[in-house]
Amino acid sequence: MSTSVGDVVVTGLGATTPLGGDVASTWDALLAGRSGVSRITDDWIKEFPAQLVARLVADPATGLDRVRARRLDRSQQVAVVAAEEAWRSSGAADAGVAPERVAVVFGTGIGGALTLLGQDDVLEEKGPKRVSPFTIPMLMPNGPAAAVGLAVGAKGGVHAPVSACASGAEAIRWGLDLLRFDRADVVLVGGAEACVHPLPMAGFAAMRAMSTRNDEPERASRPFDKARDGFVLGEGAAALVLERADAARARGATIHARLAGAGGTADGYDLVAPHPEGEGAGRAIAAAIRDAGLTPADIGHVNAHATSTPVGDTAEAAAIRNTIGDHVLVTATKSQTGHLLGAAGALESVFTILALREQVVPATANLDDPDDDPAVQALDIVRREARRTQFSAAVNDSFGFGGHNIALVFTTA
Amino acid sequence: MSEDIQTGLAEILEEVAGVAPADATPEKSFTEDLDVDSLSMVEIATAVEDKFGVAIPDDELGNIKTVGDAISFIQKNQG
Repeated sequence: MSTSVGDVVVTGLGATTPLGGDVASTWDALLAGRSGVSRITDDWIKEFPAQLVARLVADPATGLDRVRARRLDRSQQVAVVAAEEAWRSSGAADAGVAPERVAVVFGTGIGGALTLLGQDDVLEEKGPKRVSPFTIPMLMPNGPAAAVGLAVGAKGGVHAPVSACASGAEAIRWGLDLLRFDRADVVLVGGAEACVHPLPMAGFAAMRAMSTRNDEPERASRPFDKARDGFVLGEGAAALVLERADAARARGATIHARLAGAGGTADGYDLVAPHPEGEGAGRAIAAAIRDAGLTPADIGHVNAHATSTPVGDTAEAAAIRNTIGDHVLVTATKSQTGHLLGAAGALESVFTILALREQVVPATANLDDPDDDPAVQALDIVRREARRTQFSAAVNDSFGFGGHNIALVFTTA
Repeated sequence: MSEDIQTGLAEILEEVAGVAPADATPEKSFTEDLDVDSLSMVEIATAVEDKFGVAIPDDELGNIKTVGDAISFIQKNQG
């Protein structure tokens, strides 16, 4: 694939997820078909219809200085852990990039919910004087971005897109724009989420959005399957280091993939329900492919948003089929990771990049009986085992409550 | 008495701000020497109230510059 001066590449990857404490262990577990989902056993869960969760494998606080960890909400802790892995692996710190030319874009869907709800308990039980002075910096939705910015010493701007489950993908799109507009030389992008708590669980359950397959945790998240009944809430973070290709090559950086294009749209349809034919989603995918200078025929793989909800998966299948076609190999990795909300787009971009690099498409777990929906039937959704293939371009799409649609196109380095 | 207070204060400083107990000596300035920021001072004041039963009003908190200042304040206002 030809390159030009404005090309943006990925030089660092980081993650902490329900499958592993870093990128390598997460990827290995994904390809091995392992599930990150388990059933909550705490007393509070008893009355809950949906009792499943995809918990982190590694406690993020153990990798951080103790005093630093207690001043960070769990959503900030996971952001810092993933961002530091990406930053280290990129080698950007050793390349002498001026801090004024380093930017951060890090999204979250919910923000510091654990702090907000925990401090509300303190307020109710002990009164206002006992509320922590760190409450606000721990609950604010720009908290993960700000914590990452401090961790790497970024002074070129710190930004926090908030678009529910599209936040992580939106951060990547913003990072691409910052580099194209020459507002930074290196951008650390990603998403973080950690809101496993009774209130968000009750809220999502009240929307009838979560799987209630409580007796079979590992089989509950089953995108595109006829028996799917909702998503499984996950926690974690993922991060990418982006920079211009010429600069990355000049410093001898490892280039994992090109971030070739991005597209973003809004449904303009409903606050939470997706457009049934995925109209806005399709426009985002088409825009990203155009932005990358490619055609639908060039796209070999889609890492789908597919959360395992009855309406979402079929709308997305229609969007993929109508915009790209039936030739593309689709996978839905939330079948193993659960749904990391604001971190999902970042984590699935990491998976898309690794799929490109290793020329392998991970399988969609639990897809025993594909939905009768014509688009689901027509698509080539990889299942049972990962498929080795040859492809040079792939799409990761993400959608969020609010009607936010983001699509990203990655190509081989 | 003041040694007990110093030891107790050192425990608080270690817990809240990661200050090594050996560094928590009377002449040390919270901000200059021990890198304790204003939000941490609020947490320290709360912990002092729990441990010693001495509330530090906000207008007094600003006058407490050193570990020694805190020890004297606690000593003066205790039981």
